[in-house]
Amino acid sequence: MDSTPDIKKEINLYIKVFGTLAVLTVLTVAAAYLDVGIGLAVIIAMIIATTKGSLVASFFMHLAHEKKLIYLMLVITLVFLLSLFFITFGTIGDQVGVEIVPEGVSSGVH
Amino acid sequence: MEVPYTVKPRPDTGLYNAKIGVWLFLASEVMLFGALFSSYILLRMGASTWYVGSEKLSVPIGTFNTMVLIVSSVTVVMSWAALRMNDLKKYKMYMGLTILLGLVFLLVKVLFEYIPKIEHHDVPSTHNFYAIYFVLTGLHAIHVIGGLVLNAYLWGPGAKMWETEPERFTNRIEVAGLYWHFVDIVWIFLFPTIYLL
Repeated sequence: MDSTPDIKKEINLYIKVFGTLAVLTVLTVAAAYLDVGIGLAVIIAMIIATTKGSLVASFFMHLAHEKKLIYLMLVITLVFLLSLFFITFGTIGDQVGVEIVPEGVSSGVH
Repeated sequence: MEVPYTVKPRPDTGLYNAKIGVWLFLASEVMLFGALFSSYILLRMGASTWYVGSEKLSVPIGTFNTMVLIVSSVTVVMSWAALRMNDLKKYKMYMGLTILLGLVFLLVKVLFEYIPKIEHHDVPSTHNFYAIYFVLTGLHAIHVIGGLVLNAYLWGPGAKMWETEPERFTNRIEVAGLYWHFVDIVWIFLFPTIYLL
């Protein structure tokens, strides 16, 4: 088992991370009501979400002090995830706003 | 036969096996949710009209549930810290709170979101917005239910392992916590994507 003072330090850190996450959640909502256009709104929302996700992963999931094998697994996952996104976007990059409706199927837009 | 490396780390990886196992599982989950997120982006970019999430969904309810999951992430990591300090009573309290918060999340989702939407006929067949909303949040809710079942087991009958193999039980709580945090991270991305943009 770890020493109690070390764990108490960790607990203090968890509470600080929680405070930061709470503030960032409020910021996420506030930023969504800014009149900045959808492009910038997406960028702001994703920056805040990525910051929040990184805080949870780094401190609650202890990724800040993890073994190399875990990092390697996550890097490989990230490569596959980004490839998936890029392949998807690549198929429609020149058709943004053009509705994809298979023949004979209603889009459901009212 | 004794299962090796449940407590001590493997010499070659430096990790106990359950931790590698759960991270591999989470990697597959990243791809599952990633595929659905890319489907959402594909549908939205390809649509001539799309609903603004904040006009169709309740932002206060979404914000409340975001806070509920964040607090539950803190309580689950505190339950692990309590075990590392040999305090089973505190572990039970924090894990119990985690379960309670998970239940609150699901109840709010069902009572204040799913049921009113279905009553108003805001269902997947109405618009692709609702289709992706129900699929993404529904899959996430299934993950919350899975986590609740696991956490409830570890809070109740599974906690008996503490008396015989305390280190192994502590490791179980750590990997269960990793899963719960992942569910929280998914929601951290889901909330702005679906509710706000």
